[in-house]
Amino acid sequence: MLSRCKPRTLFKSAHAYRAFSSLLRSPITKDYAELVRRAPASIVVDDSKDLEKYNSDWTGQYKGNSRIVCRPQSTEEVASILEYCSREKIGIVPQAGNTGVVGGSIPINDEVILSVERLNEIHSFDDINGIIQCGAGCVLQTLQAKVANWNHLVPIDLGSKGTCMIGGNVATNAGGQYYYRFGSIHANIIGLEVVLPNGTILDLMSTNRKDNTGYDLKHLFVGAEGTLGVITKVALNCPRLPSARNVAFLACNSFESVCQTLSLAKEKLGEVLAAFEFMDKQVLDQVASEKTIPLTDGKKNHNFCILVETLGSDREHDMEKLESFLEQATDAGHVVDGILAQDTRQVSIWEIRESCNPIIKSKGYNYKYDISLPLSEYYSIVEEMRERLLPFKGDIVVANWGHVIDGNLHLNVITPGKFEVDIQIKNSIEPFIFEYVVAKGGSISAEHGLGQCKNNYLGKYAKSKAAVAVMRSLKDSFDPNGILNPQKFLPSSNSKN
Amino acid sequence: MKILVGVKRVVDYAVKVRVGANGVELKNVKMSLNPFCEIAVEAAVRLKENKAASVSEVVALSIGPKQCQETLRTAMAMGCDRAIHIHTDLRGDYMELQSDSVAKLFQKVIEEKEKDVDLVLVGKQAIDSDCGQVGPMLAGYLNWPQATFAAKIDLDGDGLMVERETDQGTETIKIAKLPAVVSCDLRLNEPRYATLPNIMKAKKKKIDQFQADEFDVDLTAKNKVLEVFEPPARKEGITVDNVNQLIDKLKNEAGLLQ
Repeated sequence: MLSRCKPRTLFKSAHAYRAFSSLLRSPITKDYAELVRRAPASIVVDDSKDLEKYNSDWTGQYKGNSRIVCRPQSTEEVASILEYCSREKIGIVPQAGNTGVVGGSIPINDEVILSVERLNEIHSFDDINGIIQCGAGCVLQTLQAKVANWNHLVPIDLGSKGTCMIGGNVATNAGGQYYYRFGSIHANIIGLEVVLPNGTILDLMSTNRKDNTGYDLKHLFVGAEGTLGVITKVALNCPRLPSARNVAFLACNSFESVCQTLSLAKEKLGEVLAAFEFMDKQVLDQVASEKTIPLTDGKKNHNFCILVETLGSDREHDMEKLESFLEQATDAGHVVDGILAQDTRQVSIWEIRESCNPIIKSKGYNYKYDISLPLSEYYSIVEEMRERLLPFKGDIVVANWGHVIDGNLHLNVITPGKFEVDIQIKNSIEPFIFEYVVAKGGSISAEHGLGQCKNNYLGKYAKSKAAVAVMRSLKDSFDPNGILNPQKFLPSSNSKN
Repeated sequence: MKILVGVKRVVDYAVKVRVGANGVELKNVKMSLNPFCEIAVEAAVRLKENKAASVSEVVALSIGPKQCQETLRTAMAMGCDRAIHIHTDLRGDYMELQSDSVAKLFQKVIEEKEKDVDLVLVGKQAIDSDCGQVGPMLAGYLNWPQATFAAKIDLDGDGLMVERETDQGTETIKIAKLPAVVSCDLRLNEPRYATLPNIMKAKKKKIDQFQADEFDVDLTAKNKVLEVFEPPARKEGITVDNVNQLIDKLKNEAGLLQ
C-alpha cells in the first residue's frame, strides 16, 4: 500500500542541497544503530569531517555530509544493508577506491556510504582459462601483482591502480591505457555477483566464456555507476602475461605527425601494439617541474610526445617489428626524436604519462574534460579552446593528454596558482565544449562517466529522449525507491533534461 | 684510451624467479642487460664523451648464448663502438660457468685479441650470481690495479681517482697509472636511454664472434652447487582498523613497544 505520509526531510544544514526524490529521508540515530548491527565494521561519526576521506574526492571538487560509512565484510551484510535502506527509503552511495573524477562516489547530502573495501578476498584464479574471481574491494594493483605470479595480467591498467578497486572499475566501465589491446571491461567480464537495491543477491558469477542463455544481465551493471545494484564479486578474463614488452618515448612536431605515427604503428606493429598515449607541450611543461622528461628539444619540451608500448610473446619478433616501425616513422619525418626504454626504465616512462593528472591537479584549479572525438577533430578543439580563453587575464593553460589511439582526449584547463573556480572561465568552456563535441559526433564523457558532474547533460548532449526514457524505466524497475546514488548518473529530478 | 666493458645478460630484475629441478627456471623467462653492467656502459660512454679522456674506442664484451647479441646491441645503442661475443651455452648464473673462468676469458681477450686495453669497466656484480668476483679476479690475473664499487670516477693525470662506497663510508683510491680494472656501483651514474638514431646505428656496428672453447681456458665449475631453494614464504601482512589496534599489536604481539 502506498504510504501517504508526508515525506520526512530532515536536512539540518542551511546549505542549498540538490533536492532528492521526495521518497527518500535522512538517516537518524536509530538507522545508524541498525546499520552497525547489520555490518559491524561500519563507522558512525558525530561530525562528517571525521569521514573526510570517504566524504570527499581527490580532485577537491565534491564534498558530502555522510555520517556513516558501512563497511560490510560479506555479500550477506551488503544485502542486509540494502534491504534495510530500501525499506526505510534511505539513500546509499556505493564506494570502492574513491578515485573517480565525476563525484560518482561522493554523497550529495548525508546518504549512507557503502564501502566495498572489505570485500577484498581473491577467491580463485584459474590459470588454464585465465579467469580471476575476487571481491569488489580488491585494489587493482594487488590483483595485478597476484595475477602476474601466475603469468597473467589484468586487462585494465590506469594511473590510479594503487588505490582504485576492481568493483569501482567495473561499475564505471573504466578504460585506461590497454583498452585498445585488451578491450573494455564489457569485453572481459565473465561474471558478477550483484546485490539489488531490495537486498536480493543476484549471483551471475560464472567461469564460462561463452554462455548464450537469456539476457546477459551482468552487462547492465558494467558502467551503471552503482545505480542499479552493488557489485560484490567479479569474475574477469585475464590474458597471459606477455614475455616481451617494449616502451618507446617519441617526439613529434605536429598533431598531424602524431596521427601519422599512430597509423604507421597500427600498420607495422599490428597485433603487438598495446598502448599509444600522447602528451602535448603544455602538459609536459607542467610535468617537467617534478619529473625529468627524457626527450627534450634543447631546453624546451617537444610539441608532442608519444608513449608507444608493445606486448608480445616473442622478443625477437616484437623487436624486429618495432625497429621497422621506428625506422619508417623517423625516415618519413613523423618522429623527430625518440628513445627505447630498457626493461628497468620502462616503468619510469609510464610514470611520466601517469603523473599528468596528479601534477596538473597540484598546480591550480582544473576544469577537467574527458572527451571522445574522431581523430581528424581531436586537436582542433584544443586550438579553439585556447582562442576562446585568450581574453582572460592571468595565466590559463590548456593542457592535454590521453589515449589518442582510442580517440579519447583528456582536456584540462588550469589556472596555475589559483585554486578557486572562476565562473566566467567555466562559462566560456561550457557548454561550448559539449556542443562542439556533439556536433563532431563525439562523446562528452569518454571514460570518466557521468556521476554528479555530467548527469544533467545526458539527455541534452549524449543520448536521445527515447534512450533516456528506457534508462529511467530500467532504473525504476531495479530501484523503485531510488536509493542507490540518488541524483546521479541519470539527469536529476529538478533538471529539465 | 681504449675501454673494454663487460656486459652480462641476466634474468630481468623484475622477474619472480622460480626454482625447478635444475636450479632457477630460465626457460621463457625475461632476460635483460644486468643493471650494474648498464652503469658500466654509461661510465664508458661518458668517458668517451669527455674530450680530456681521449678515448679511442669502447668495446663491449659478453659471454653467453646467441641472445647475448641483443644485449650487445643495447650496449652499442648506448654508445659502445663495437662488440665481442664469446659464445657458450653454459649457464652463467653460477650453475655451470663461474667467475674464475669468466675472468680468465676476459684475460684471454685482453692478451690475445684486444691487445691495447687501458681500462676495463664491469658492473660490481651480476644480479643472478651476485658474486662480484670477475672484476677483482681479472685484475689479479692481469696484475693490474683495481678499484671496486666505484661511485665516482675522475681522470687524474695518467691514472684515475676513484671514490668507492663501503659500509663505513667513502674511500678514495688513486690509481697512479692505467691500465686498470674498475667495477661500478649503483650511484656512479644513471644510464641513458638508447635513442632511436643510435639504435639504428647499432644495427650496423660490428660484433666479433668467438666460441668459448677456442680459448685455452678451463670452463668447468670450480665450485659445486649442492642445492638451490627458495627462501621461506613471507607471511602476509594484516590491516588494522585504527591507531589503537596498531599500538596493541606492536605492544602485545610484536613486542616492539613497552
